[in-house]
Amino acid sequence: MTDEIKHEWPLFEVFVRAKRGLNHVHVGSLRAADHEMALHHARDLYTRRNEGVSIWVVRSDDVAASGPDRKDAFFAPSGDKVYRHPTYYSIPDSVPHI
Amino acid sequence: MTGTVAGEEQQQMITGEQVFADTIERDQRVEPRDWMPEAYRKTMIRQIAQHAHSEIIGMQPEGEWITRAPSLRRKAILLAKVQDEAGHGLYLYSAAETLGADRGDLTRRLIEGRQKYSSIFNYPTLTFADVGVIGWLVDGAAICNQVPLCRSSYGPYARAMIRICKEESFHQRQGYELLITMMGGTAAQREMAQDAVNRWWWPSLMMFGPPDADSPNSAQSMAWKIKRHSNDELRQRFVDMSVPQAEALGVTLPDPRLRWNDDRAHYDFGTPDFAELTRVISGAGPCNDERIARRRSADEDGAWVREAAAAHAARRQEAGA
Amino acid sequence: MAFDAAYEALTDHEDDARWAYGTGFADPLAGVSTVVPPGVQRADLVAYCLMLGDDALILSHRLQQWVTRAPELEDELAIANIALDLLGQARLLLSRAGEVEGAGRDEDSLAYLRDAGEFRNVLLVERDDADFAHLVARLLVFAGWRLALLDRLTTSRDPVLAAIGAKGVKEVTYHREYAAQWVVRLGDGTAESRQRMQAAVDAVWPLVDELFRPEAVESRLVEAGVAADPAAARDEFDAIWSQVLAAATLRAPRLSSELGGAAGRRGEHTPALAGILAELQGLARSVPGGTW
Repeated sequence: MTDEIKHEWPLFEVFVRAKRGLNHVHVGSLRAADHEMALHHARDLYTRRNEGVSIWVVRSDDVAASGPDRKDAFFAPSGDKVYRHPTYYSIPDSVPHI
Repeated sequence: MTGTVAGEEQQQMITGEQVFADTIERDQRVEPRDWMPEAYRKTMIRQIAQHAHSEIIGMQPEGEWITRAPSLRRKAILLAKVQDEAGHGLYLYSAAETLGADRGDLTRRLIEGRQKYSSIFNYPTLTFADVGVIGWLVDGAAICNQVPLCRSSYGPYARAMIRICKEESFHQRQGYELLITMMGGTAAQREMAQDAVNRWWWPSLMMFGPPDADSPNSAQSMAWKIKRHSNDELRQRFVDMSVPQAEALGVTLPDPRLRWNDDRAHYDFGTPDFAELTRVISGAGPCNDERIARRRSADEDGAWVREAAAAHAARRQEAGA
Repeated sequence: MAFDAAYEALTDHEDDARWAYGTGFADPLAGVSTVVPPGVQRADLVAYCLMLGDDALILSHRLQQWVTRAPELEDELAIANIALDLLGQARLLLSRAGEVEGAGRDEDSLAYLRDAGEFRNVLLVERDDADFAHLVARLLVFAGWRLALLDRLTTSRDPVLAAIGAKGVKEVTYHREYAAQWVVRLGDGTAESRQRMQAAVDAVWPLVDELFRPEAVESRLVEAGVAADPAAARDEFDAIWSQVLAAATLRAPRLSSELGGAAGRRGEHTPALAGILAELQGLARSVPGGTW
């Protein structure tokens, strides 16, 4: 294999919480030498249009992810538990505040 | 019953193949850790990387007019636009990296000519009117190409495209607005605008690639829903949108064969010189060398800076910061 | 048409909470009184706005020259942001100068139609950057100085300058942080980066004294409660500068900080400014009567 060039800086994942948002949203990734630089870069790359109030950056290799091979075991079992949803329950319309 | 490790891996791959095929079939997204055919991964990396390279190289033709912009408002607008292009390149490199590519490696491939970028950026920007026409026609053509890609099968690419499209609409509008202003200005300004249109119209049509009949890779890309429309289809769409815009501006598009066809309900137009497209892509365009040289020198001149930052970070980490 | 519908859906971002996409852009001068405070000479206020405006305009130009040359793509965005911030400050200040002068000049006539001798920027901003270390050294000096001035301007009796100060403080805080972090990384990075960073620090130092020497115009306006006294900002500047150099493991600059000679504030500039203005003004001047 030809010698593969590797970028000098590690990869960081970026999460931004919008002004009217309630939670941080994953917006992408970028390269930075350290966390401070990553925050600055994230601010410049992902908040130019007055979007953000808060930024999180995490080194990509620190992100632990549920792999697709575990998708069934992780996520399917919640599919049949319809009793967790409010619409499952019949309550007469005449009952207020519920 | 799976008894061996190899057997389990094979089982996973078969399941993965099925999941991949279903995902494509149902118009859903393939995500970074999903199983995908190796050819899909390679094609995706190449397409995303070349798209990213286009954004970065695309900073140059307009970037050289920032310091010379003839009003402070236009200067700010152009600087913000070119900055967005750097951002677009970054969103796309980030998408390519989810597939296991490395940005440093992709940059090297660009500089060595092993990966390409959109040939449109190999043309020179001779006047400030070019800035307007690039916004109107080149970004317009890019939007035509990019909106369908928002439904591209690879998730990170589709999401990057959505963000890019939102930002791109300002790019087209600022260019068109500049042309409206120039066409309402002095005779010299009107001539400048028309001249720029004359030079950029045909290259813009070539942005959609060769005719479908000469596009061998399209079939596989369409099957994998990486590519959602054919070259000719998008080119026709672009012409149909641009003609009324040209009329509103009062500029003439340099194609004597351009005319509305009632039967087809589309505009008929002349054939671009695809031999020129081939020549320019393969390195014989007016600015190919200049574009790569600039990218190379920025990369080389920046090496000591990047290394210093990495060294500093490593030292701080060791010190237990 | 499905194609158009896809595009429409994308541009409707009001209820698309998935994407952090903003609205609500603010005009920093909305509702701010434009009345010149009593006891202030109009010509002085014009000159002062031109000084601060030209500083920002010319440095923004130098930063714009770095587009497509930054050491990393993320820095392209950072440098462009700084250049845009400074360009914005320049526009506000030049507009204010034109308005107070009352002779029909606006931000563009002032930027494009004055000759070098009428520009009032300090020499610090005219200089070219030999490399990225020079860029961050000059930016650290400029931002440290300007932040101190803008901070004092927030209490100016001129409402427009106060508003510009308030907005500028947020921007220049970021610029100074960016520059300081880079000076530290480069000073305490590799042997090569330390050598370059030390050279850059030594090279920028002779341009510092001019920044803190008040012109007669400035002194009069300080008396009138309108301008920021640059002399009063020196100690604060020196303290931060020393702090950053120490963190960067760099030694203090050897050359004296007194340049002597030309005074940018009085229109006496280096040949570099002529080159900058040729680039900045050439096209606009070549299309007389053009609207852009």
